Amino acid sequence: MSDTPVAGGPALPSTPPVQAGPATAAPSSSAARSLRGYSRWRWWELALFAALPLSWLLLPGQALLLNEIAIVALFAISLDLILGYAGIVSLGHAAFFGFGAYTAALYAKNVMPDPIVGLAVAIAASALLGLATSVLILRGSDLTRLMVTLGVASILYELANKLDWLTGGADGLQGVVMGPVRTPFGAFEFDIGGRVACAYTMALLVACLLLVRRIVHSPFGFSLQALRDNPLRAASIGLSVHARLVVAYTIGGAIGGVAGALLAQTNGFTSLDVLDFHRSAEVLLVLVIGGTGYLYGGLFGAVAFKLLHDLLSAWTPQYWNFWIGVFLVVLVIVGRERLLRPWSWGRR
Amino acid sequence: MSTAKVVLETRGLVKRFGGIVPTNDVTLRIELGARHALIGPNGAGKTTLINLLTGTLEPSAGSIWLDGADITRLAPHRRVRRGVVRTFQINQLFGGLTPLQSLALTVARQLGLGAGWWRRLGADPRVGPACDALLHRFRLEDVQGQRVAELAYGKRRLLEIAMALACQPRVLLLDEPVAGVPEGEREEIFDIVNALPAEVSVLLIEHDMDLVFNFARRVTVLVNGAIFAEGDAATVAADPRVMAVYLGEGGHG
Repeated sequence: MSDTPVAGGPALPSTPPVQAGPATAAPSSSAARSLRGYSRWRWWELALFAALPLSWLLLPGQALLLNEIAIVALFAISLDLILGYAGIVSLGHAAFFGFGAYTAALYAKNVMPDPIVGLAVAIAASALLGLATSVLILRGSDLTRLMVTLGVASILYELANKLDWLTGGADGLQGVVMGPVRTPFGAFEFDIGGRVACAYTMALLVACLLLVRRIVHSPFGFSLQALRDNPLRAASIGLSVHARLVVAYTIGGAIGGVAGALLAQTNGFTSLDVLDFHRSAEVLLVLVIGGTGYLYGGLFGAVAFKLLHDLLSAWTPQYWNFWIGVFLVVLVIVGRERLLRPWSWGRR
Repeated sequence: MSTAKVVLETRGLVKRFGGIVPTNDVTLRIELGARHALIGPNGAGKTTLINLLTGTLEPSAGSIWLDGADITRLAPHRRVRRGVVRTFQINQLFGGLTPLQSLALTVARQLGLGAGWWRRLGADPRVGPACDALLHRFRLEDVQGQRVAELAYGKRRLLEIAMALACQPRVLLLDEPVAGVPEGEREEIFDIVNALPAEVSVLLIEHDMDLVFNFARRVTVLVNGAIFAEGDAATVAADPRVMAVYLGEGGHG
């Protein structure tokens, strides 16, 4: 990005009245203290980060389920960055998930089976896809963005379907054999119980969460919220709205690609399902359930969605979608805040 | 006519919307350190002219020059970085942020840190003190941590102007800065504007004639998109044609 300091240095008023003496008052600055407070770790954040490895440790029998939830959570967090922070509505976020999944699977099958190298390739590929398609979401209303993102995902779906010599088409990409995850502590083969897969996914979820947390507390992160709230004013304080949108969409796409690659690698298989419309709709649902724009909505949403899903499909296997729908309507009408505070229901 | 250096200049600026011509062949010079007012009846095209100067609108013809360089096609955010900064008649703020976050972001952007994605907002030691000074001057200290969308109108108005000053303008375009601000607080805003360094050039759009003639040394009268009269404040105030057009049509506010 080309964020240059203010131009025309010498012509500037030498001591602008709005600036206090440079850096001299730093220790006593109350604004500096308040700003530091925004990015301070809250206890519940620490608890949340601790809960991820703990769940792996304490629930060894549920590793496959945890792996699945962690992947959905990461996918939803990537959507949160572009939707919750930058305000880009998308109905085609599966494009990145699927692109990452197919890239990782194809790389493992045709080039080499190392998962970490494959992951890096998938990240690069989905970032490029984000960069290339970001030009489509720069202009236009929310509606045009919904349609354009939906369109991109549909195009990729049809491409994966038609290029069956490469992708396996409707049968999916079979015979993806993954190598061991090489770490400084040794090489770990993916096991049938999913313990290694789950640890691998959790590690990446934590890494991506830390990265996104870093980003949203930076000037760049705040500028995303600024342009989400008011692009006209964002430009009027000198922010390049287009450059911000491009970078945000690229990062969001790359992390969405990580989620897809993790699914393909830990399952040793990928199919058209990863690019399907229901993926895009579901991740939006997950994020809406968990809440947008505060970083952890994707995580809470993924857990809530999975629990709801399992609960409802055990109770009424055929109609769980109906009840998810009911839940969503209630959530939106009543509001998340109120729903989570049953004691406030009686009050007006 | 003085011989002071011209900072911002328009040459034959025209804007057409279909058959309507809100800006009609406007040639305007804003001198270094100007206290220049732009007045005219409602619908005279004042805000359109500001939108052209800031790049929100593209002119149909004519050109805009800053320090002798053609900026007619320059993107709005690049004009801001060159020092052409505006406030809005209707508040344009970041509703989801707090006043402190809004100002810190603006100050950080001004320091060239706006695209930084690794260090947190405010990590640079210059940001905090600058925000302190702005919050203090605009009496926003006690609401600095509230969401902007929840602030009272008066506070949002002050933040609107504080954010413009945080951009360290060289040319400041004030579009009715005291619109909707109660009587007692208007002076406060003008005191702040008056206290700007002499090198900052100010173009003011305002309906309150007392404020205009207290503040401005030079006045341009815009009628139907074209410059109707221009001169120093006393001359324009005494011009019977201006009295007729302005007071006769638009009245006071």
